Amino acid sequence: MNPTMTKKLLLTLLAWSIALIVFFPIFWMVLTGFKTEGEAVATPPSLFFEPTLAGYHTVMARADYLKFALNSIVISFGSTLLALIVAIPAAYSMAFLPTKRTQGTLLWMLSTKMLPPVGVLMPVYLLFRDMGLLDSQLGLTIIYMLMNLPIVVWMLYTFFKDIPKDILEAGRMDGAGTLQEVFYLLLPLTLPGIASTGLLSVILSWNEAFWSLNLTTSDAAPLTAFIASFSSPEGLFWAKLSAASTLAIAPILIFGWMTQKQMVRGLTFGAVK
Amino acid sequence: MRERTSGRTVGGFRNLFLQGPAVTLLLLWMLVPLGMTLWFSFQRYNLINPMISGFAGWDNYTYLLTDPALWTAMGNTLLLVGWVLAISVIGGTLLAVLFQQEFFGRGIARLLVIAPFFVMPTVGALVWKNMLMHPVNGVFAWLSQLLGLPVIDWFSSMPLASIIIIVSWQWMPFALLILLTAIQSLDDDQVEAARMDGAGPLAIFWFITLPHLKRAISVVIMIEMIFLLTIFAEIFVTTSGGPGLASTNLAYFIYIRALLDFDVGGASAGGVIAIILANIVAIFLIRTVAKNLET
Repeated sequence: MNPTMTKKLLLTLLAWSIALIVFFPIFWMVLTGFKTEGEAVATPPSLFFEPTLAGYHTVMARADYLKFALNSIVISFGSTLLALIVAIPAAYSMAFLPTKRTQGTLLWMLSTKMLPPVGVLMPVYLLFRDMGLLDSQLGLTIIYMLMNLPIVVWMLYTFFKDIPKDILEAGRMDGAGTLQEVFYLLLPLTLPGIASTGLLSVILSWNEAFWSLNLTTSDAAPLTAFIASFSSPEGLFWAKLSAASTLAIAPILIFGWMTQKQMVRGLTFGAVK
Repeated sequence: MRERTSGRTVGGFRNLFLQGPAVTLLLLWMLVPLGMTLWFSFQRYNLINPMISGFAGWDNYTYLLTDPALWTAMGNTLLLVGWVLAISVIGGTLLAVLFQQEFFGRGIARLLVIAPFFVMPTVGALVWKNMLMHPVNGVFAWLSQLLGLPVIDWFSSMPLASIIIIVSWQWMPFALLILLTAIQSLDDDQVEAARMDGAGPLAIFWFITLPHLKRAISVVIMIEMIFLLTIFAEIFVTTSGGPGLASTNLAYFIYIRALLDFDVGGASAGGVIAIILANIVAIFLIRTVAKNLET
Protein backbone atom coordinates (compact mmCIF):
# COMPACT_ATOMS: atom_id res chain seq x y z
CA MET A 1 0.00 0.00 0.00
CA ASN A 2 1.40 3.40 -0.85
CA PRO A 3 2.00 5.94 1.92
CA THR A 4 -0.74 8.39 0.83
CA MET A 5 -3.28 5.59 1.03
CA THR A 6 -2.09 4.58 4.48
CA LYS A 7 -2.30 8.19 5.60
CA LYS A 8 -5.81 8.51 4.23
CA LEU A 9 -6.93 5.34 5.99
CA LEU A 10 -5.47 6.50 9.29
CA LEU A 11 -7.15 9.87 8.91
CA THR A 12 -10.43 8.15 8.12
CA LEU A 13 -10.13 6.03 11.23
CA LEU A 14 -9.29 9.00 13.48
CA ALA A 15 -11.88 11.40 12.07
CA TRP A 16 -14.65 8.84 12.10
CA SER A 17 -13.88 7.76 15.67
CA ILE A 18 -14.18 11.36 16.80
CA ALA A 19 -17.32 11.97 14.75
CA LEU A 20 -18.97 8.88 16.22
CA ILE A 21 -18.02 9.81 19.79
CA VAL A 22 -19.38 13.34 19.37
CA PHE A 23 -22.54 12.03 17.74
CA PHE A 24 -22.99 9.21 20.25
CA PRO A 25 -25.38 11.03 22.65
CA ILE A 26 -27.74 11.77 19.77
CA PHE A 27 -27.45 8.25 18.40
CA TRP A 28 -28.09 6.81 21.85
CA MET A 29 -31.14 9.01 22.31
CA VAL A 30 -32.62 7.95 18.98
CA LEU A 31 -31.93 4.31 19.84
CA THR A 32 -33.49 4.62 23.30
CA GLY A 33 -36.61 6.05 21.72
CA PHE A 34 -37.22 2.64 20.14
CA LYS A 35 -36.78 0.67 23.36
CA THR A 36 -39.29 -0.31 25.99
CA GLU A 37 -39.00 1.55 29.29
CA GLY A 38 -37.49 -1.56 30.83
CA GLU A 39 -34.78 -1.88 28.20
CA ALA A 40 -34.10 1.85 28.32
CA VAL A 41 -32.77 1.63 31.88
CA ALA A 42 -31.24 -1.83 31.60
CA THR A 43 -27.64 -2.38 32.70
CA PRO A 44 -25.67 -3.33 30.76
CA PRO A 45 -27.22 -1.09 28.13
CA SER A 46 -28.66 -3.11 25.31
CA LEU A 47 -27.46 -2.29 21.84
CA PHE A 48 -29.43 -5.04 20.15
CA PHE A 49 -33.07 -5.27 21.01
CA GLU A 50 -36.41 -5.62 19.36
CA PRO A 51 -37.37 -2.09 18.34
CA THR A 52 -40.75 -0.90 19.42
CA LEU A 53 -42.71 2.20 18.63
CA ALA A 54 -44.33 2.15 22.07
CA GLY A 55 -42.47 5.24 23.20
CA TYR A 56 -43.64 7.16 20.15
CA HIS A 57 -47.19 5.93 20.55
CA THR A 58 -47.32 7.06 24.18
CA VAL A 59 -45.89 10.45 23.32
CA MET A 60 -48.22 11.02 20.42
CA ALA A 61 -51.17 9.78 22.44
CA ARG A 62 -50.55 12.36 25.13
CA ALA A 63 -53.06 15.00 24.18
CA ASP A 64 -50.65 17.77 25.06
CA TYR A 65 -47.69 16.64 22.96
CA LEU A 66 -49.26 17.92 19.78
CA LYS A 67 -50.10 21.17 21.50
CA PHE A 68 -46.44 21.73 22.43
CA ALA A 69 -45.31 20.80 18.95
CA LEU A 70 -47.86 23.11 17.39
CA ASN A 71 -46.75 25.94 19.68
CA SER A 72 -43.16 25.43 18.56
CA ILE A 73 -44.18 25.47 14.91
CA VAL A 74 -46.44 28.51 15.17
CA ILE A 75 -44.00 30.53 17.26
CA SER A 76 -40.82 29.78 15.34
CA PHE A 77 -42.31 30.10 11.86
CA GLY A 78 -44.48 33.07 12.85
CA SER A 79 -41.57 34.99 14.32
CA THR A 80 -39.43 34.18 11.29
CA LEU A 81 -42.08 35.38 8.87
CA LEU A 82 -42.53 38.63 10.80
CA ALA A 83 -38.77 39.16 10.98
CA LEU A 84 -38.42 38.62 7.23
CA ILE A 85 -41.24 41.06 6.46
CA VAL A 86 -39.60 43.76 8.56
CA ALA A 87 -36.04 42.93 7.52
CA ILE A 88 -36.36 42.64 3.73
CA PRO A 89 -37.12 46.34 3.13
CA ALA A 90 -34.43 47.37 5.61
CA ALA A 91 -31.79 45.12 4.07
CA TYR A 92 -32.84 46.23 0.60
CA SER A 93 -32.29 49.88 1.38
CA MET A 94 -29.01 49.18 3.15
CA ALA A 95 -27.64 47.18 0.24
CA PHE A 96 -28.88 49.31 -2.65
CA LEU A 97 -29.30 52.80 -1.22
CA PRO A 98 -26.35 52.97 1.15
CA THR A 99 -25.65 56.22 2.95
CA LYS A 100 -22.98 57.23 5.40
CA ARG A 101 -25.18 56.05 8.18
CA THR A 102 -25.77 52.52 6.86
CA GLN A 103 -22.73 50.97 8.45
CA GLY A 104 -23.49 52.56 11.79
CA THR A 105 -27.08 51.30 11.65
CA LEU A 106 -25.92 47.76 10.91
CA LEU A 107 -23.46 47.78 13.78
CA TRP A 108 -26.03 49.25 16.12
CA MET A 109 -28.44 46.46 15.17
CA LEU A 110 -25.75 43.94 16.00
CA SER A 111 -25.23 45.64 19.36
CA THR A 112 -28.86 45.01 20.37
CA LYS A 113 -28.02 41.29 20.26
CA MET A 114 -25.48 41.88 23.01
CA LEU A 115 -28.12 42.61 25.61
CA PRO A 116 -28.19 39.44 27.71
CA PRO A 117 -31.78 38.20 28.06
CA VAL A 118 -31.35 37.71 31.78
CA GLY A 119 -30.54 41.42 32.09
CA VAL A 120 -34.00 42.38 30.92
CA LEU A 121 -35.93 39.41 32.28
CA MET A 122 -37.68 41.42 34.97
CA PRO A 123 -39.09 44.27 32.84
CA VAL A 124 -40.11 41.94 30.03
CA TYR A 125 -41.82 39.63 32.49
CA LEU A 126 -43.71 42.50 34.12
CA LEU A 127 -44.65 44.12 30.80
CA PHE A 128 -45.91 40.80 29.52
CA ARG A 129 -47.88 40.23 32.72
CA ASP A 130 -49.53 43.63 32.43
CA MET A 131 -50.30 43.24 28.75
CA GLY A 132 -51.64 39.73 29.16
CA LEU A 133 -48.87 38.30 26.98
CA LEU A 134 -47.50 35.83 29.53
CA ASP A 135 -47.95 32.29 28.32
CA SER A 136 -49.25 33.42 24.93
CA GLN A 137 -48.06 32.43 21.48
CA LEU A 138 -48.12 36.07 20.43
CA GLY A 139 -45.82 37.14 23.25
CA LEU A 140 -43.13 34.59 22.46
CA THR A 141 -43.49 35.25 18.73
CA ILE A 142 -42.76 38.94 19.31
CA ILE A 143 -39.75 38.21 21.51
CA TYR A 144 -38.23 35.79 19.01
CA MET A 145 -38.88 38.16 16.13
CA LEU A 146 -36.98 40.91 17.97
CA MET A 147 -34.29 38.50 19.06
CA ASN A 148 -33.57 37.36 15.50
CA LEU A 149 -34.21 40.59 13.63
CA PRO A 150 -30.59 41.81 13.71
CA ILE A 151 -29.27 38.47 12.41
CA VAL A 152 -31.93 38.35 9.70
CA VAL A 153 -31.17 41.90 8.53
CA TRP A 154 -27.45 41.15 8.50
CA MET A 155 -27.75 37.93 6.57
CA LEU A 156 -30.12 39.41 4.01
CA TYR A 157 -27.85 42.43 3.67
CA THR A 158 -24.87 40.23 2.82
CA PHE A 159 -26.92 38.26 0.27
CA PHE A 160 -28.41 41.37 -1.34
CA LYS A 161 -25.00 42.99 -1.60
CA ASP A 162 -23.81 40.12 -3.79
CA ILE A 163 -26.41 40.99 -6.41
CA PRO A 164 -24.85 43.27 -9.04
CA LYS A 165 -26.54 46.66 -9.02
CA ASP A 166 -26.61 46.57 -12.84
CA ILE A 167 -29.28 43.92 -12.84
CA LEU A 168 -31.64 46.08 -10.82
CA GLU A 169 -30.57 49.07 -12.89
CA ALA A 170 -31.53 47.22 -16.06
CA GLY A 171 -34.89 46.38 -14.56
CA ARG A 172 -35.46 50.01 -13.76
CA MET A 173 -34.58 50.96 -17.34
CA ASP A 174 -37.30 48.61 -18.47
CA GLY A 175 -39.70 50.56 -16.34
CA ALA A 176 -39.91 48.44 -13.20
CA GLY A 177 -40.96 50.29 -10.04
CA THR A 178 -39.37 49.59 -6.69
CA LEU A 179 -41.97 47.01 -5.76
CA GLN A 180 -41.68 45.22 -9.07
CA GLU A 181 -37.93 45.40 -8.81
CA VAL A 182 -38.04 43.69 -5.42
CA PHE A 183 -40.65 41.08 -6.27
CA TYR A 184 -39.61 40.14 -9.80
CA LEU A 185 -35.86 40.61 -9.65
CA LEU A 186 -34.38 40.73 -6.18
CA LEU A 187 -36.44 38.11 -4.37
CA PRO A 188 -36.18 35.40 -7.04
CA LEU A 189 -32.44 36.03 -7.39
CA THR A 190 -31.77 35.80 -3.67
CA LEU A 191 -34.31 33.10 -2.84
CA PRO A 192 -31.72 30.56 -1.65
CA GLY A 193 -30.22 33.20 0.63
CA ILE A 194 -33.60 34.23 1.97
CA ALA A 195 -34.51 30.61 2.56
CA SER A 196 -31.38 29.89 4.55
CA THR A 197 -31.84 33.11 6.53
CA GLY A 198 -35.37 32.01 7.35
CA LEU A 199 -34.24 28.53 8.32
CA LEU A 200 -31.56 29.90 10.65
CA SER A 201 -34.16 32.09 12.32
CA VAL A 202 -36.48 29.08 12.69
CA ILE A 203 -33.65 27.02 14.20
CA LEU A 204 -32.72 29.71 16.70
CA SER A 205 -36.35 30.25 17.74
CA TRP A 206 -37.08 26.55 17.94
CA ASN A 207 -34.12 25.88 20.25
CA GLU A 208 -34.40 29.03 22.36
CA ALA A 209 -34.87 28.03 25.97
CA PHE A 210 -34.47 31.08 28.20
CA TRP A 211 -37.57 33.03 27.26
CA SER A 212 -39.68 29.96 26.60
CA LEU A 213 -38.96 28.56 30.06
CA ASN A 214 -39.55 31.88 31.81
CA LEU A 215 -42.48 33.36 29.92
CA THR A 216 -44.67 30.33 29.31
CA THR A 217 -46.24 27.81 31.63
CA SER A 218 -48.70 25.66 29.73
CA ASP A 219 -50.86 27.23 27.01
CA ALA A 220 -48.10 28.56 24.81
CA ALA A 221 -45.24 26.37 26.02
CA PRO A 222 -43.15 25.07 23.10
CA LEU A 223 -41.20 21.81 22.91
CA THR A 224 -38.21 23.17 24.86
CA ALA A 225 -40.51 23.53 27.88
CA PHE A 226 -42.14 20.15 27.25
CA ILE A 227 -38.77 18.42 27.27
CA ALA A 228 -37.70 20.37 30.36
CA SER A 229 -40.74 18.97 32.18
CA PHE A 230 -39.04 15.57 32.01
CA SER A 231 -36.26 16.86 34.27
CA SER A 232 -38.36 16.38 37.41
CA PRO A 233 -37.61 13.21 39.40
CA GLU A 234 -40.93 11.59 38.53
CA GLY A 235 -40.10 12.05 34.89
CA LEU A 236 -37.84 9.04 34.54
CA PHE A 237 -39.46 7.73 31.41
CA TRP A 238 -36.40 7.53 29.25
CA ALA A 239 -37.91 5.84 26.25
CA LYS A 240 -40.69 8.41 26.12
CA LEU A 241 -38.27 11.26 26.72
CA SER A 242 -36.07 9.96 23.93
CA ALA A 243 -38.94 9.55 21.52
CA ALA A 244 -40.20 13.06 22.25
CA SER A 245 -36.67 14.47 21.97
CA THR A 246 -36.05 12.74 18.67
CA LEU A 247 -39.24 14.21 17.27
CA ALA A 248 -38.28 17.63 18.63
CA ILE A 249 -34.80 17.79 17.15
CA ALA A 250 -35.17 15.85 13.88
CA PRO A 251 -36.56 18.68 11.72
CA ILE A 252 -34.06 21.18 13.12
CA LEU A 253 -31.12 18.86 12.57
CA ILE A 254 -32.13 18.48 8.94
CA PHE A 255 -32.60 22.24 8.48
CA GLY A 256 -29.23 22.80 10.11
CA TRP A 257 -27.46 20.32 7.87
CA MET A 258 -29.06 21.88 4.82
CA THR A 259 -28.02 25.43 5.59
CA GLN A 260 -24.72 25.07 7.44
CA LYS A 261 -22.67 26.92 4.82
CA GLN A 262 -24.76 30.08 4.69
CA MET A 263 -25.37 29.89 8.40
CA VAL A 264 -21.73 30.64 9.18
CA ARG A 265 -22.17 33.99 7.50
CA GLY A 266 -25.20 34.87 9.56
CA LEU A 267 -23.88 33.67 12.87
CA THR A 268 -20.64 35.59 12.53
CA PHE A 269 -22.25 38.70 11.04
CA GLY A 270 -20.29 38.30 7.86
CA ALA A 271 -16.93 38.25 9.63
CA VAL A 272 -16.23 34.70 8.44
CA LYS A 273 -17.03 33.76 4.88
CA MET B 1 -25.49 68.60 -9.15
CA ARG B 2 -29.16 69.33 -8.73
CA GLU B 3 -29.97 65.77 -9.64
CA ARG B 4 -27.66 64.36 -7.03
CA THR B 5 -29.04 66.51 -4.25
CA SER B 6 -32.61 65.61 -5.05
CA GLY B 7 -31.63 61.97 -5.47
CA ARG B 8 -30.21 61.96 -2.01
CA THR B 9 -33.29 63.42 -0.37
CA VAL B 10 -35.51 60.95 -2.16
CA GLY B 11 -33.11 58.19 -1.14
CA GLY B 12 -33.07 59.47 2.42
CA PHE B 13 -36.84 59.48 2.55
CA ARG B 14 -37.02 56.02 1.06
CA ASN B 15 -34.42 54.74 3.50
CA LEU B 16 -36.39 56.13 6.40
CA PHE B 17 -39.50 54.43 5.14
CA LEU B 18 -37.77 51.11 4.42
CA GLN B 19 -35.56 50.89 7.49
CA GLY B 20 -37.97 52.65 9.82
CA PRO B 21 -39.90 49.61 11.06
CA ALA B 22 -36.80 47.54 11.78
CA VAL B 23 -34.98 50.40 13.48
CA THR B 24 -38.00 51.46 15.55
CA LEU B 25 -38.71 47.94 16.74
CA LEU B 26 -35.13 47.32 17.77
CA LEU B 27 -34.87 50.71 19.41
CA LEU B 28 -37.95 49.98 21.51
CA TRP B 29 -36.74 46.47 22.27
CA MET B 30 -33.45 47.86 23.50
CA LEU B 31 -34.42 51.04 25.29
CA VAL B 32 -37.66 50.14 27.06
CA PRO B 33 -36.49 47.02 28.95
CA LEU B 34 -33.05 48.51 29.51
CA GLY B 35 -34.52 51.69 30.96
CA MET B 36 -36.90 49.70 33.13
CA THR B 37 -34.15 47.41 34.41
CA LEU B 38 -32.10 50.46 35.39
CA TRP B 39 -35.14 52.07 37.04
CA PHE B 40 -36.12 48.94 38.97
CA SER B 41 -32.57 48.41 40.13
CA PHE B 42 -32.91 51.60 42.19
CA GLN B 43 -36.35 50.71 43.57
CA ARG B 44 -37.58 48.70 46.50
CA TYR B 45 -39.91 46.42 44.65
CA ASN B 46 -41.07 42.98 45.68
CA LEU B 47 -43.88 41.21 43.88
CA ILE B 48 -45.30 39.39 46.88
CA ASN B 49 -44.94 42.23 49.33
CA PRO B 50 -46.43 45.47 47.98
CA MET B 51 -45.61 47.18 51.28
CA ILE B 52 -42.00 47.33 50.19
CA SER B 53 -41.74 50.24 47.80
CA GLY B 54 -40.00 53.52 47.10
CA PHE B 55 -36.60 54.69 46.02
CA ALA B 56 -33.80 52.44 47.19
CA GLY B 57 -30.75 54.37 46.11
CA TRP B 58 -27.79 52.05 45.82
CA ASP B 59 -29.27 49.62 48.37
CA ASN B 60 -30.03 46.89 45.85
CA TYR B 61 -26.48 47.08 44.56
CA THR B 62 -24.80 47.14 47.97
CA TYR B 63 -27.02 44.30 49.15
CA LEU B 64 -26.20 42.31 46.04
CA LEU B 65 -22.50 43.05 46.02
CA THR B 66 -22.11 42.08 49.67
CA ASP B 67 -24.03 38.85 49.14
CA PRO B 68 -21.47 36.02 48.99
CA ALA B 69 -23.88 34.10 46.75
CA LEU B 70 -23.34 36.67 43.99
CA TRP B 71 -19.60 36.14 44.11
CA THR B 72 -20.02 32.38 44.06
CA ALA B 73 -22.26 32.79 41.04
CA MET B 74 -19.75 35.12 39.37
CA GLY B 75 -16.94 32.67 40.05
CA ASN B 76 -18.98 29.84 38.58
CA THR B 77 -19.83 31.97 35.55
CA LEU B 78 -16.15 32.67 34.93
CA LEU B 79 -15.21 29.01 35.36
CA LEU B 80 -18.00 27.92 33.04
CA VAL B 81 -17.16 30.47 30.36
CA GLY B 82 -13.39 29.95 30.66
CA TRP B 83 -13.44 26.18 30.50
CA VAL B 84 -16.02 25.90 27.75
CA LEU B 85 -14.14 28.47 25.70
CA ALA B 86 -10.84 26.67 26.16
CA ILE B 87 -12.30 23.26 25.31
CA SER B 88 -14.43 24.38 22.40
CA VAL B 89 -11.88 26.67 20.76
CA ILE B 90 -8.85 24.40 21.12
CA GLY B 91 -10.91 21.32 20.26
CA GLY B 92 -12.70 23.12 17.44
CA THR B 93 -9.43 24.29 15.89
CA LEU B 94 -7.84 20.86 15.98
CA LEU B 95 -10.99 19.25 14.62
CA ALA B 96 -11.23 21.85 11.86
CA VAL B 97 -7.72 20.90 10.73
CA LEU B 98 -8.58 17.21 10.90
CA PHE B 99 -11.90 17.47 9.10
CA GLN B 100 -10.30 19.58 6.38
CA GLN B 101 -8.10 16.63 5.36
CA GLU B 102 -9.13 14.23 2.65
CA PHE B 103 -10.62 11.02 4.03
CA PHE B 104 -13.35 8.54 3.24
CA GLY B 105 -16.88 9.68 4.02
CA ARG B 106 -15.76 13.17 4.94
CA GLY B 107 -19.12 14.77 4.12
CA ILE B 108 -21.08 12.48 6.40
CA ALA B 109 -18.52 12.59 9.21
CA ARG B 110 -18.70 16.39 9.12
CA LEU B 111 -22.47 16.33 9.40
CA LEU B 112 -22.28 14.03 12.42
CA VAL B 113 -19.69 16.10 14.22
CA ILE B 114 -21.50 19.44 13.90
CA ALA B 115 -24.90 17.95 14.82
CA PRO B 116 -24.83 18.74 18.58
CA PHE B 117 -24.97 22.46 17.84
CA PHE B 118 -28.46 22.07 16.39
CA VAL B 119 -29.81 20.07 19.31
CA MET B 120 -32.22 21.90 21.58
CA PRO B 121 -30.32 22.73 24.82
CA THR B 122 -32.96 21.12 27.03
CA VAL B 123 -32.78 17.90 25.00
CA GLY B 124 -28.99 17.80 24.99
CA ALA B 125 -28.73 18.41 28.71
CA LEU B 126 -31.36 15.80 29.60
CA VAL B 127 -29.84 13.13 27.37
CA TRP B 128 -26.49 13.66 29.09
CA LYS B 129 -28.06 13.76 32.52
CA ASN B 130 -30.32 10.72 32.23
CA MET B 131 -28.72 8.44 29.72
CA LEU B 132 -25.01 9.10 29.90
CA MET B 133 -24.12 10.52 33.32
CA HIS B 134 -26.76 8.77 35.41
CA PRO B 135 -24.93 6.99 38.27
CA VAL B 136 -27.02 3.81 38.03
CA ASN B 137 -28.29 3.37 34.50
CA GLY B 138 -26.03 5.69 32.56
CA VAL B 139 -23.64 4.59 29.84
CA PHE B 140 -20.69 6.15 31.67
CA ALA B 141 -21.48 4.22 34.85
CA TRP B 142 -21.61 1.02 32.84
CA LEU B 143 -18.29 1.83 31.14
CA SER B 144 -16.63 2.55 34.50
CA GLN B 145 -17.83 -0.75 35.89
CA LEU B 146 -16.61 -2.53 32.82
CA LEU B 147 -13.16 -1.06 33.32
CA GLY B 148 -13.27 -1.69 37.05
CA LEU B 149 -13.27 2.01 37.89
CA PRO B 150 -15.39 3.65 40.59
CA VAL B 151 -18.75 4.92 39.36
CA ILE B 152 -19.04 8.71 39.42
CA ASP B 153 -22.23 10.40 40.46
CA TRP B 154 -21.57 13.28 38.09
CA PHE B 155 -24.12 15.84 39.16
CA SER B 156 -23.63 15.53 42.89
CA SER B 157 -19.87 15.12 43.02
CA MET B 158 -18.87 17.49 40.21
CA PRO B 159 -21.92 19.51 39.16
CA LEU B 160 -20.10 22.40 37.51
CA ALA B 161 -17.69 20.13 35.64
CA SER B 162 -20.64 18.09 34.36
CA ILE B 163 -22.31 21.22 33.04
CA ILE B 164 -19.03 22.33 31.47
CA ILE B 165 -18.85 18.99 29.65
CA ILE B 166 -22.41 19.25 28.36
CA VAL B 167 -22.07 22.87 27.25
CA SER B 168 -18.72 22.14 25.57
CA TRP B 169 -20.36 19.29 23.68
CA GLN B 170 -22.87 21.79 22.31
CA TRP B 171 -20.45 24.60 21.51
CA MET B 172 -17.39 22.80 20.18
CA PRO B 173 -19.33 21.93 17.01
CA PHE B 174 -20.14 25.64 16.65
CA ALA B 175 -16.45 26.53 16.79
CA LEU B 176 -15.72 23.70 14.36
CA LEU B 177 -18.40 24.83 11.92
CA ILE B 178 -17.07 28.39 11.83
CA LEU B 179 -13.38 27.44 11.75
CA LEU B 180 -13.90 24.79 9.09
CA THR B 181 -15.42 27.45 6.87
CA ALA B 182 -12.55 29.82 7.61
CA ILE B 183 -9.89 27.18 6.98
CA GLN B 184 -11.28 26.48 3.53
CA SER B 185 -10.17 29.91 2.36
CA LEU B 186 -6.57 29.06 3.23
CA ASP B 187 -4.38 29.36 0.18
CA ASP B 188 -3.24 25.88 -0.88
CA ASP B 189 -0.26 27.27 -2.79
CA GLN B 190 1.07 28.89 0.35
CA VAL B 191 0.89 25.60 2.22
CA GLU B 192 2.48 23.80 -0.69
CA ALA B 193 5.28 26.36 -0.86
CA ALA B 194 5.95 25.98 2.85
CA ARG B 195 6.06 22.21 2.44
CA MET B 196 8.57 22.56 -0.40
CA ASP B 197 10.73 24.65 1.91
CA GLY B 198 10.74 21.73 4.32
CA ALA B 199 8.14 22.84 6.85
CA GLY B 200 6.64 19.94 8.79
CA PRO B 201 2.91 19.66 9.50
CA LEU B 202 3.35 21.21 12.96
CA ALA B 203 5.20 24.20 11.56
CA ILE B 204 2.56 24.65 8.87
CA PHE B 205 -0.18 24.54 11.51
CA TRP B 206 1.60 26.98 13.78
CA PHE B 207 2.91 29.48 11.24
CA ILE B 208 0.31 29.35 8.47
CA THR B 209 -2.98 27.82 9.58
CA LEU B 210 -3.25 29.45 13.00
CA PRO B 211 -2.45 32.99 11.81
CA HIS B 212 -4.97 32.50 9.01
CA LEU B 213 -7.63 31.49 11.53
CA LYS B 214 -6.83 34.29 13.95
CA ARG B 215 -9.79 36.46 13.14
CA ALA B 216 -12.27 33.59 12.90
CA ILE B 217 -11.07 32.33 16.28
CA SER B 218 -11.52 35.74 17.86
CA VAL B 219 -15.04 35.98 16.43
CA VAL B 220 -15.86 32.52 17.79
CA ILE B 221 -14.53 33.48 21.22
CA MET B 222 -16.59 36.64 21.37
CA ILE B 223 -19.83 35.10 20.15
CA GLU B 224 -19.48 32.15 22.48
CA MET B 225 -18.69 34.45 25.39
CA ILE B 226 -21.89 36.38 24.91
CA PHE B 227 -23.96 33.21 24.91
CA LEU B 228 -21.99 31.42 27.62
CA LEU B 229 -22.21 34.32 30.06
CA THR B 230 -25.92 33.65 30.35
CA ILE B 231 -26.18 29.87 30.04
CA PHE B 232 -29.51 28.94 31.60
CA ALA B 233 -31.45 25.99 30.22
CA GLU B 234 -28.67 23.46 30.78
CA ILE B 235 -28.52 24.35 34.48
CA PHE B 236 -32.30 24.57 34.78
CA VAL B 237 -32.88 20.98 33.66
CA THR B 238 -29.87 19.31 35.25
CA THR B 239 -28.79 20.64 38.65
CA SER B 240 -31.09 23.62 39.25
CA GLY B 241 -27.96 25.43 40.35
CA GLY B 242 -27.15 22.96 43.09
CA PRO B 243 -26.15 21.26 45.18
CA GLY B 244 -26.19 24.45 47.22
CA LEU B 245 -24.79 27.06 44.88
CA ALA B 246 -22.22 24.75 43.32
CA SER B 247 -23.50 25.17 39.77
CA THR B 248 -25.34 28.50 39.99
CA ASN B 249 -24.10 31.00 37.44
CA LEU B 250 -25.04 34.66 37.14
CA ALA B 251 -28.05 34.01 34.93
CA TYR B 252 -29.43 31.35 37.25
CA PHE B 253 -28.77 33.54 40.27
CA ILE B 254 -30.80 36.38 38.75
CA TYR B 255 -33.54 33.94 37.80
CA ILE B 256 -33.79 32.76 41.41
CA ARG B 257 -33.94 36.36 42.64
CA ALA B 258 -36.53 37.30 40.06
CA LEU B 259 -39.00 34.52 39.60
CA LEU B 260 -38.52 32.51 42.77
CA ASP B 261 -37.89 35.27 45.35
CA PHE B 262 -39.94 37.88 43.44
CA ASP B 263 -37.32 40.47 44.31
CA VAL B 264 -37.62 42.77 41.31
CA GLY B 265 -35.15 45.37 42.61
CA GLY B 266 -32.42 42.87 43.43
CA ALA B 267 -32.90 40.90 40.22
CA SER B 268 -32.71 44.09 38.17
CA ALA B 269 -29.50 45.14 39.89
CA GLY B 270 -28.13 41.70 38.97
CA GLY B 271 -29.39 42.24 35.44
CA VAL B 272 -27.47 45.50 35.19
CA ILE B 273 -24.30 43.69 36.23
CA ALA B 274 -24.90 41.03 33.56
CA ILE B 275 -25.45 43.72 30.95
CA ILE B 276 -22.22 45.49 31.88
CA LEU B 277 -20.26 42.23 31.67
CA ALA B 278 -21.74 41.36 28.28
CA ASN B 279 -21.00 44.83 26.95
CA ILE B 280 -17.33 44.65 27.80
CA VAL B 281 -17.15 41.66 25.45
CA ALA B 282 -19.52 43.19 22.93
CA ILE B 283 -17.39 46.28 22.34
CA PHE B 284 -14.54 44.12 21.11
CA LEU B 285 -16.81 41.99 18.94
CA ILE B 286 -18.43 44.98 17.29
CA ARG B 287 -15.02 46.47 16.59
CA THR B 288 -13.88 43.30 14.86
CA VAL B 289 -17.01 43.11 12.76
CA ALA B 290 -16.75 46.81 11.91
CA LYS B 291 -13.21 46.31 10.66
CA ASN B 292 -14.49 43.61 8.38
CA LEU B 293 -17.27 45.83 7.02
CA GLU B 294 -14.75 48.39 5.83
CA THR B 295 -12.60 45.96 3.89
